[in-house]
Amino acid sequence: MNKKEVREFIVVENKRLNKTNSLIRIKSQAEIPKIKPGQFMNIEISNCNEIFLRRPFSVFEVDQSNNVISIIVKVLGRGSAKLAEIGIGEKLSVIFPLGKEFTLPDKKDKILLIGGGSGTAPMLFLAKESGLTPENVHILLGARTEDDHIDVSEYQQYGIIHYSTDDGSLGEKGFVTQHSVFRNNLKSFDRIYACGPDAMMKAVAKNAREAGVFCEVSLENLMACGFGVCLCCIEPTTRGNLCVCTEGPVFNINELKWQI
Amino acid sequence: MADLKINIGNLELKNPVMTASGTSGFAEELNDFYDVSALGAVLLKGITLKNRDGNPYPRMAETASGMLNAVGLQNKGVDYFIENIYPRIRNYNTNLIANINGSTVEDYIIVAEKVNELEDIAAVELNISCPNVKEGGMAFGISCPSAEAVTREVRNVCSKHLMVKLSPNVTDITEIAKAVEGQGADSVSLVNTFLGMAIDANKRKPLLSTITGGLSGPAIKPIALRMVWQVHKAVKIPVVGMGGIMNATDAIEFILAGASAVQVGTAIFKDPFIPVRIIDGINEYLNLHNFKSVAELVGNLEI
Repeated sequence: MNKKEVREFIVVENKRLNKTNSLIRIKSQAEIPKIKPGQFMNIEISNCNEIFLRRPFSVFEVDQSNNVISIIVKVLGRGSAKLAEIGIGEKLSVIFPLGKEFTLPDKKDKILLIGGGSGTAPMLFLAKESGLTPENVHILLGARTEDDHIDVSEYQQYGIIHYSTDDGSLGEKGFVTQHSVFRNNLKSFDRIYACGPDAMMKAVAKNAREAGVFCEVSLENLMACGFGVCLCCIEPTTRGNLCVCTEGPVFNINELKWQI
Repeated sequence: MADLKINIGNLELKNPVMTASGTSGFAEELNDFYDVSALGAVLLKGITLKNRDGNPYPRMAETASGMLNAVGLQNKGVDYFIENIYPRIRNYNTNLIANINGSTVEDYIIVAEKVNELEDIAAVELNISCPNVKEGGMAFGISCPSAEAVTREVRNVCSKHLMVKLSPNVTDITEIAKAVEGQGADSVSLVNTFLGMAIDANKRKPLLSTITGGLSGPAIKPIALRMVWQVHKAVKIPVVGMGGIMNATDAIEFILAGASAVQVGTAIFKDPFIPVRIIDGINEYLNLHNFKSVAELVGNLEI
């Protein structure tokens, strides 16, 4: 059985969320396989050779009945910049579903989801799919300023949302690890999940390790193929150098060789 | 339907399209997308005697019309391959070709001996052209005496078809090709990656942990094509061409330049189906131009 595919999708929506983020919805004619939080897609940006390789994006939302998948595109370089300009009706070649998903929480768990920058999308997807009651799902989103945060009010039905900003313009001032929900009683959480900049995830991992709380992070190492043949996106782990694209992108922090 | 079968010495291919070593894993990764029996051959990820962790991250940089890599032959060693991977893939209905590497001639010999015992490995590709390892690798492939020595020693212990993968990082690739032909190579495959470099100007730092790496992709195609043409004229053994092949037209250009078969590499990162589409495209080309077989096309360049 073939488990992965290259499929052409049609762009059905491209909505600017703020200065740097856009929501892009793509639709397939055919049924799409079940995609789990943490999994990603490798998207061909154009057929021009200047942007030679595909760009990986976490899945944000899946509308199974309409065969629609959404991603949040944060403009970081020329690939994401080009994708953010794509028009409705244009085609996108997508390799999917890729990577391993987050470990879902147990029924009675209380979880903390921490998203920074482009790491927000998979955290919101996980909040929605966690199967927990909203009071047991805390979503902590960090950004530099209020303008960098996207509107996630829709996700209040899945969890309690907390914000932090470097300048204090929204939520608490400081990094996510300085936020009260993180600082006060981290041990009250059964599981912590994080996706965002390396420095953020390392700070989260350090605290989670000290508190002895289960913690999974989703890595964003540079990759060429996305399906385990190029061996470029490797991360040193207790099992040796592993491909983030096939053995991750989700890793338990105890597996990583981070100096934290 | 034109006849796509082609023989490279004693190696029979159902079509001339192979996937290049280091871009198709151990065939399983491609088999996740489609049945690899469609392919003429799969060149397996490079194997060494012992486990190699490869080079530190970052190992990849996108460049204009291509990319640099500095993977450094990460693999778990030949014994792990034989015990754990080979049993899973041996029944794939395509030619599985082992790509062997070493830091010393002795390493190459031991790996070749072990791989030679594997019934379902169709051929051996002797890699004397990896630019990303500190010891061995390309060092063997950039001088005639060392290329001759390693080819001779591996030939002695290898009864399978022996393909030698050449480095383009030399003054005259035909000299190396003739040298390995003289030591009993059954075919040569070319080219491996070009030694290159990329810099992040804002950070004033190299983009690869190893500073330099191997350039591949469409950026290298014209140079690779020229080298295949030169080597085809210089040796009597078959030539397997590669370097930036992205579509059937590219593959046909290599065949016209003298390649009996081609390897598709970096294109797979962009789309793993490209090798399959190239097979279909070659067939269409043969029909369109009234060729009965792909063999008629090899070196059929009108000058």
